[in-house]
Amino acid sequence: MTCLCEVPSPSRRAILVMGGALFAWAHLPKLASASGSRDPRLIVIILRGALDGLSAVAPIGDPAYAPLHGQLALSLGGEHPALPLDGFFALNPAMPVFARLYKDGHAAVAHATATPYRERSHFDGQDVLESGFPGPGSVESGWLNRALEALPQGDRISAKGGLAVGPSTPLIMRGAAPILGWSPQHMAAASDDLAARVMDLYTHSDPVLEAALAKGLETEKMAERDGMGDLAGRRKGPNPATGMRLAAEGAAKLMAADDGPRVAALSFDGWDTHANEGGATGRLAQLLGGLDGAFEAFESGLGPHWRDTAIVAITEFGRTARINGTTGTDHGTATVAFVVGGAVRGGRVIADWPGLKDGHLYEGRDLKPTTDLRAVLKGVLADQFGLSAAVLGESVFPNPLALRQCAGSQPKTCSGAKDANADSAGKKCDRAILLFRERCTRWRPVHCL
Amino acid sequence: MAFGPDYKAAQVAFRRFGFGPRGGAFDLARAASDPREFLKSELQQPAITQLNAPTLPPTKIALQAVFVDRQQRKSERQNVAEEKMPPASSIASVSTGHTDQPARTMEASGAMNKIPKPPEPPVAQKFFRADAMARFGSVFHAEVGFTERLVHFWSNHFCVSAAKGPVRAIAGSFEREAIRPHVLGCFADMLRAVEQHPAMLFYLDNAQSFGPHSKAGQNRKRGLNENLAREILELHTLGVNGGYTQADVTTLARILTGWTFAGREGRLGEPGTFVFFANAHEPGDQTLLGKVYRAGGVEQGEAALADLARHAATARHIARKLARHFVADNPPDSLVAKLEKVFRDTDGDLKSVSVALIDADESWTTPLTKMRTPEEFMLAALRAIDRMPDDPGPILGPLAAMGMPLWQPPGPNGWPDTVDAWASPEGMKSRLDASAALATRIKDQINPSELIGTIAGEAASSETRQAVARAESRQQGLALLLMSPEFQRR
Repeated sequence: MTCLCEVPSPSRRAILVMGGALFAWAHLPKLASASGSRDPRLIVIILRGALDGLSAVAPIGDPAYAPLHGQLALSLGGEHPALPLDGFFALNPAMPVFARLYKDGHAAVAHATATPYRERSHFDGQDVLESGFPGPGSVESGWLNRALEALPQGDRISAKGGLAVGPSTPLIMRGAAPILGWSPQHMAAASDDLAARVMDLYTHSDPVLEAALAKGLETEKMAERDGMGDLAGRRKGPNPATGMRLAAEGAAKLMAADDGPRVAALSFDGWDTHANEGGATGRLAQLLGGLDGAFEAFESGLGPHWRDTAIVAITEFGRTARINGTTGTDHGTATVAFVVGGAVRGGRVIADWPGLKDGHLYEGRDLKPTTDLRAVLKGVLADQFGLSAAVLGESVFPNPLALRQCAGSQPKTCSGAKDANADSAGKKCDRAILLFRERCTRWRPVHCL
Repeated sequence: MAFGPDYKAAQVAFRRFGFGPRGGAFDLARAASDPREFLKSELQQPAITQLNAPTLPPTKIALQAVFVDRQQRKSERQNVAEEKMPPASSIASVSTGHTDQPARTMEASGAMNKIPKPPEPPVAQKFFRADAMARFGSVFHAEVGFTERLVHFWSNHFCVSAAKGPVRAIAGSFEREAIRPHVLGCFADMLRAVEQHPAMLFYLDNAQSFGPHSKAGQNRKRGLNENLAREILELHTLGVNGGYTQADVTTLARILTGWTFAGREGRLGEPGTFVFFANAHEPGDQTLLGKVYRAGGVEQGEAALADLARHAATARHIARKLARHFVADNPPDSLVAKLEKVFRDTDGDLKSVSVALIDADESWTTPLTKMRTPEEFMLAALRAIDRMPDDPGPILGPLAAMGMPLWQPPGPNGWPDTVDAWASPEGMKSRLDASAALATRIKDQINPSELIGTIAGEAASSETRQAVARAESRQQGLALLLMSPEFQRR
């Protein structure tokens, strides 16, 4: 049996914390969620192009940061001061909503995190990020779809399927579990009669097109019923931030419905800031502002369901720690992941900080990864949907090469998990971590052990 | 080869290789008599890859117009700002340097709602639309459209994005100047033309990459940007598993320093043209993939590109990508091997490679399971109904709604090329809406049951024939025909 705590990254400590207590409800007895009072929702936002984590959440307490990040470096002074998160990290000032949620304990950041991918191709990096496999080109399904598939048959989360926002289905959502599709760009809808006839034609001749169109029509019905006609008619503005907000508004409406999907994937483009990246203002700040607007749109659009919602925003890899010759950053390695929502026990930056001194950079150029992003995502899936560590390790994030038993080398805080791990892996582990958490005064796990 | 007309093979010729049959012509019978020769004859037509559109501006003219337009807009904005804003806040907004966010700055100072008149559409949009129309028209008039499919393939392989700055004005001229002349020519020539084109140099940031030890780099404290170099290796030539390292990426970036285009003031050359800016070029010998390229000027990069073009990994990468585009998501290895061999043996002669694709048996025996992209679908539909709008708007709008806005792929790897990516729920629903909208425009002018005969001959399935025949109106029948698997797949 494996346990959430066994991810073979250099930082087992960070993962211990991530594994369980991310979510406010995690301490509740299992019965409470099984009885139906809790109706969890999960949204995954993919930031395509590789987000510069050091400009999003700046390690201003690291003396090497400002010299490396040069003109782009954030600081607590000046005209656009960064928003302090703790004594060490500060948030880009373009994200006031995230800062507020963080302060209220409903937003967290994982820093110096990365997938297992160590090259620097966007497309392979996104493949690994979305497939959940250790290497690119392994599989034609995404981890979010496989997570849905892993839920018990008839479970209301899986029965409603996943929502893919945008005109094509991203890899993360592809797979055997049913998916719906919706996009803010629309034309006048075809008549129901035509739709039914096309469906009938496909039933007899092309099951793949049949399945896709059926899901598309189903989502359209929901969108119409929920009064999204006006939203659908709007064209995407020239500003990418507007596009992010529109996509989030639409997805939130669909997900807020009783019979709506509980899981959604969105992708936002444009994070490949090779030139004139900007710091507290400028190109990246505008994009971060768009992402912040999307968080806000989900918060208001989900209404009472926000309480049970978690959003994660992830990217394929980070960017160089040192700015390049064109006031931007080139492809790098570790970066940040944002975790936001009413279900999140936040108010902390989770990082086993590797430092930015010369010898500490990955290959002499990038922020070194110390937290496996899959551990963060496993923690989210375990806490939101109660997926067991076994399922997470075997079918959602399979890692054939690196799987390790939860034995021997486990740090002692995880030993509680080891005993009771046989069938409800996450459960006992959570408790161990909760205990662990109570001993800690600060949420910088690197200081806690 | 074939005995008697082969209508099944004619379908392959039109759908796998082309943009579908034209409803107004009777090409199907000719294609059926000898499908391979039918395709090859299109490749033999003189200047077949070129657009017949003499009024479209070359890149430098388009860029110069953009420079002038920007200058005017800037001074207009400044005039507005000076008139409307109190002097103090106008100074403040200038000093924050928010030149890329005028709206926000104005809003903050309360001047937003006082600004009159919406501005003229930028000149870039005019060029964009003219080139879009020419591209659509060229497909519309083609006999089969194999050459145009190749143009679209290569344009996507070497994509730029009209969503980035001035590229909007020159995405079309990029295709005309860097792609079309070489589609049936030499891969190495296309590669060089692409990497020296202002659209690519701007899109992948090389225009502002400086050698860290170059004179200009030292003076301006600027340095490398490795964006273009990486995508050349990963996407344009060797492929992601082509055996290069991070060090090769950085080296190629150094080799390409100085490759830029002349700006508005023309200090480096005629505005809007490719120039080699020697003062920005990194001095010294460079070792790329184990080979030393002697210190020099533009020829250092040209030599490196020439070697990349004939690298074995490039032949493999291109062969697989072509086979995947035309034949199947997972193309037969035997087909890939044939294309790869021809690419290698002819030093990247793309006409020979294209002919090899026609000659290969796999191209004719593999089932037609690929999905038409939204653009292929839209243009195939217009060919089938034999109608072309006077203005690109009625095509550009649906393309964006179907998730494929023209010349704006999501990243430098271009549009996806698999069934999964396009046969998505939202994708299929938007195709249904587009088909309905198109049929609404045509009303009852076309008899869809007759049209099936013209464009599909005997190849249409009985299900499709029946669905069309039972439609409640010609209009609905046409929409059904456009949505039929035979029309959606290729």
